[in-house]
Amino acid sequence: MNTVQQADDPRAGRPAVREQSMDSTDQNLAQAPTKRTRAEEDSNQNDPAISVENVHKSFGSQKVLNGVSLAVKRGETLAVLGRSGTGKSVLLRIIIGLEKPDSGAVRINGQDITGLVLDQLGEIRMKMGFLFQHAALYDSLTVEENVAFPLQHHKREMSKSEQDDRINALLAEVGMENARGKMPSDISGGMQKRVGLARALALEPAILLLDEPTAGLDPISSSEIDDLVLKLQKEHQMASIVVTHDLHSAKTIADRLALLDKGNVVIEGSFEELQKSDNEFVKEFLKHS
Amino acid sequence: MIEREFSAVAGTGSPQPGKDVARDSSARNSGADVSPSAVAGAISKFFEWFGDLGIFFWQVLRAAVTPPFEFRELIRQLDEVGSKSFPLVALAGAATGVVLSLEARYSLTRFGAKSLLPAAIVFSVIHETGPIITGLVVSGRVGAGIGAELASMKVTEQIDAVEASAVNPYKLLAAPRILACILMLPLLTLAGDACGLLMGWIAQALVEPLSLHQFLNAGFKGADFNDFLPPTFKTCFFGLIIGLVACFQGMRTKGGAAGVGRAATSSVVLSSLLVILADVVLVKLILIFFP
Repeated sequence: MNTVQQADDPRAGRPAVREQSMDSTDQNLAQAPTKRTRAEEDSNQNDPAISVENVHKSFGSQKVLNGVSLAVKRGETLAVLGRSGTGKSVLLRIIIGLEKPDSGAVRINGQDITGLVLDQLGEIRMKMGFLFQHAALYDSLTVEENVAFPLQHHKREMSKSEQDDRINALLAEVGMENARGKMPSDISGGMQKRVGLARALALEPAILLLDEPTAGLDPISSSEIDDLVLKLQKEHQMASIVVTHDLHSAKTIADRLALLDKGNVVIEGSFEELQKSDNEFVKEFLKHS
Repeated sequence: MIEREFSAVAGTGSPQPGKDVARDSSARNSGADVSPSAVAGAISKFFEWFGDLGIFFWQVLRAAVTPPFEFRELIRQLDEVGSKSFPLVALAGAATGVVLSLEARYSLTRFGAKSLLPAAIVFSVIHETGPIITGLVVSGRVGAGIGAELASMKVTEQIDAVEASAVNPYKLLAAPRILACILMLPLLTLAGDACGLLMGWIAQALVEPLSLHQFLNAGFKGADFNDFLPPTFKTCFFGLIIGLVACFQGMRTKGGAAGVGRAATSSVVLSSLLVILADVVLVKLILIFFP
């Protein structure tokens, strides 16, 4: 049940996508500041892009994650589902290092990030894009400045015109090229998420983390966001984790689904495998979704 | 991550109803409003707060001295702290100058020392009233602004977004604000001093004709740089306190709009209080090292 089943993959072309993704990871490794041995590089290629191992997290007396383990390969998309308050968003925040687990390990391309300090985490985070649940756009900056933010801080070698071209391309990719000069407060929730997605993609990340990308949106906007995520994943071949309540959205954009309950992964597999499950919670969840 | 690095931040955790009940019950039993355990808890929180502030300061310091430097943000903050505080500081300085002139004239006339009025005004303004009034005015305006802005960014996950974009929030958000406060306080103090002296002279000249030249000559007679530089530069410490406390309170906020309000209020209250306490220590040090 826990293994990835290519035969059930609803989307064509996935294996090819994964191959390309490994190439891009090679490039990332080649650009890494520290020299790695050939053996280490081979080992890193075989590691999952994201690996969560027996992670526990509590806030005071409230246990949120209770030994969660997950792995996502390069070019693969995992949807994490579950009821509100089951720790889905906390899990994403732990993966990007915004929260520290009480115990367990989080490995990004084989490197355990749980003990890293802020500057070391920064190097890892440059390979990751994060879409926040409420987009978290900088409200004093325009749409264009929001997307430019990562470029201005990490691509200082880019000329102004190169940055402009990149911003134009990113905004066009998410269909927001006409909102460049608008403030976040002047655009809708769906548009904010699009801009947040463009910002998350600015540094061409190898890993994309999406926290409820369709929450609070109408069905048409949700569908547009799903299509956009699917298109971007196809084009950029990223390893992705999508946290969502929306089973339809999860089915559309994910290769595998993981269902969380009471801080544990109840089931992990394709949508068909979830449907075949005898687990009462899984049946109940699917029935009400 | 930010929360984690000053993890034991006092008062930021979720309320613990059990503890509250225990505390209430204990207070009832002892017949006193404050139980020993509550006092111990408050003292512990007080020291935790200072410990966390120290850790925060270390993080900011480390971020501030490692490249790349955020010059553009620093310039924006210099404008925000400096030029936008100028009118308020100038007004406060001017009002202080007038009040000093009126009060000192009355007192000195009673003791037959009216000729010392310009010196009394000059020394009062440059030694103490100028720096402390500037510190308190900036603490109110800038402390509240920084506290509320960063708290608002915190509760809307914008600081997390900065961090998720692999940008160090201590470097981008805290360091330029604190540095701007440190650099701008002495300049604002000079402006406040100038307005105070000017209005002090005007207030005196309206009662008894006296040229500005005569006023300044009489006022600065016997004064040297030791009377002028240490009190002015002590405001760098005020700037450090204001910027540091406001950034700290803002970046550790929790609890939505109410949290933003609390952060703004506590930034002003704590930074004003610490500025006054620091002034006591600094005045003593100045008297020791610049007699």
